[in-house]
Amino acid sequence: MNGRLPLLELVDLARHFPVRNAFGRRTGWIRAVDGVSLAVYPGETLGLVGESGCGKSTLGKTVMGIHAPTAGEIRFAGREIGHLPPGERRAIARDLQYVYQDPGASLDPRWKVLHSLHEPLKIHTRLGRAEREQQVRAILAAVGLPDAHLDLYPHELSGGQQRRVGLARILTLRPRLVILDEPTSGLDVSVQASVLKLFRSLQETFALTYVFISHDLAVVRAMCARIAVMYLGTIVELGETAAVFEQPRHPYTRSLLAAVPRIGGRRVTLDFALEGEPPNPRDVPSGCRFRTRCPLVQDRCAAEEPALRDLDDRRVACHFA
Amino acid sequence: MAELLSVRGLRVDFVTDGGVAQVLDGINLAVGPGEVVGLVGESGCGKTTLARAILGVLPAGAARVRGGEVRFKGTDLLREDRAVLNDRVRGRAITFIPQDPSTSFSPLFSVQTQVMDLMKWKSPRRQDGDGARWPLRGYPRERYRADRDAVLDALRAVQIPEPARALHRLPHEFSGGQRQRLMIAMALLPQPDLIIADEPTTALDVTIQAQILRLLRELVKARGVSVLFTTHDLGTAHEICDRIVVMYAGQEMEAAPAEAFFARPAHPYTRRLLASVPGPGGELRDIPGDVPSLIAPPPGCRFHPRCDHATPECQARPAARALAPGHEVRCHHPVEGPLGADA
Repeated sequence: MNGRLPLLELVDLARHFPVRNAFGRRTGWIRAVDGVSLAVYPGETLGLVGESGCGKSTLGKTVMGIHAPTAGEIRFAGREIGHLPPGERRAIARDLQYVYQDPGASLDPRWKVLHSLHEPLKIHTRLGRAEREQQVRAILAAVGLPDAHLDLYPHELSGGQQRRVGLARILTLRPRLVILDEPTSGLDVSVQASVLKLFRSLQETFALTYVFISHDLAVVRAMCARIAVMYLGTIVELGETAAVFEQPRHPYTRSLLAAVPRIGGRRVTLDFALEGEPPNPRDVPSGCRFRTRCPLVQDRCAAEEPALRDLDDRRVACHFA
Repeated sequence: MAELLSVRGLRVDFVTDGGVAQVLDGINLAVGPGEVVGLVGESGCGKTTLARAILGVLPAGAARVRGGEVRFKGTDLLREDRAVLNDRVRGRAITFIPQDPSTSFSPLFSVQTQVMDLMKWKSPRRQDGDGARWPLRGYPRERYRADRDAVLDALRAVQIPEPARALHRLPHEFSGGQRQRLMIAMALLPQPDLIIADEPTTALDVTIQAQILRLLRELVKARGVSVLFTTHDLGTAHEICDRIVVMYAGQEMEAAPAEAFFARPAHPYTRRLLASVPGPGGELRDIPGDVPSLIAPPPGCRFHPRCDHATPECQARPAARALAPGHEVRCHHPVEGPLGADA
């Protein structure tokens, strides 16, 4: 992404969790995120894909400041924010927002929609009541809900409307970067399509930058211009979505794409070859983390951890890509 | 083809605080011997209720079977004697694979205890009345040995490493994929004629899902077992099914061989559903409107308020119309031609 300054830049970011035994003694570490470097540019949607337990959500939460980084740097708009004192960190919180799987579930059931939408503005801005009211109404219209809904309680709304209110609440602060964590899992395809459309129109209206965390490759392909594929806490492949889908270079990406059921044509499971399950992140294999399941594995893979290196149009972490 | 399972005009209501919900509205469904049939539909369309109605395990307080029949090998399960159902059908001739294996095992007992408990009652080697009188000790030693060997074979068939040691472990020591393999082994052990699998891969990652789907299809095809596979994921249905039935709001809309279902879907709902899967070019097509309330559903075809092709005729439920052998659609205005042109 030629010459533009990244909005978010991660440099060797790591987040490890201690594993303790019954007596509270540390017996090991879970290396949930282990040396991730990537950049997110203004206005883009970066997809972050991988299977459960690969560290995608931990990565998102570490960027948000929900987890403190164990090592490495988080640069937001050119400024290191991973190790700021709490007061200064809070000032940045409004620029960075996190959308959970069901944003509607974060609404307080005893508060009217109006109250929920005013709250972030009260905390983060010095706007007067009238100005807040104006902003709240504008956001509500942007997510496609009528003003009348301001006086309703969450239980009076449908699930889809609650989701829209949840999104409105996140957008009232006009964030610059929004991390969407599995925003469509558990939705039916027909509903999923309308939720994804909403994300797209909001991105246009508010000039948002998205990090889109998902395990659903079809959705990521539809939404993201670039994707990063994670496996056991590291990024194994990073590049333009179309190119990665067309010609995956890392053997894990290849297996992952080969496993996605495709409608019509030959059954993909007939040719699917990947054996076994991901190893426990408490016990990461030496060298390349994928070597225990990799069809191309050789001695070198156990001895040497492949670095994420530039390769034509993308970055790949494999000795043999 | 003589049908193994045939559901005709099944109606099930649920009594709720808000009124009576008509959850199944005259459902027809057939499963042939050795056939893998997919039951596809969005959440709330009644897939699970239908699966439970076939097994006879609807929630007793709320559900009312209002009509229709469930014929399994000629007998109507809805009118069969409960003792016979318990002894010969449920868990024996028809077994079940749940969506979430982690909540289906008891966390307190070893896998061996739980599998052998199943075999005590549901083993194909069990004689009539065996154990019925002395439930606490009626497990003949000879049969126990034979059953345990069968269990080890089944664990090998589902590719659990070191089956004899695996039996002594607790369910939490297995990963989600391994637990689902155990469930598949348990569903096959009674040597059933039909397995009802309720979204068995929804909780799994794609690579594990691909392994499990392939394994399940290989095992049931080798043994000639029929499967009724419910799913909301069209891709999964494509991977495993011979034939697909699509449901919407308690009605079946279309039934077709898998190939025809994806190549030439005829029902407007099927076409919209297939079109709402995100395409490689990033195009997104939703279905406008909401799924109707089952308490006051629209008359006739329940999809007509959201349908582009709807006419006043659609206020009456269309009869099934055969388009090709095995391809039936319940629509007054079926659409012809390949997918993509209209939606």
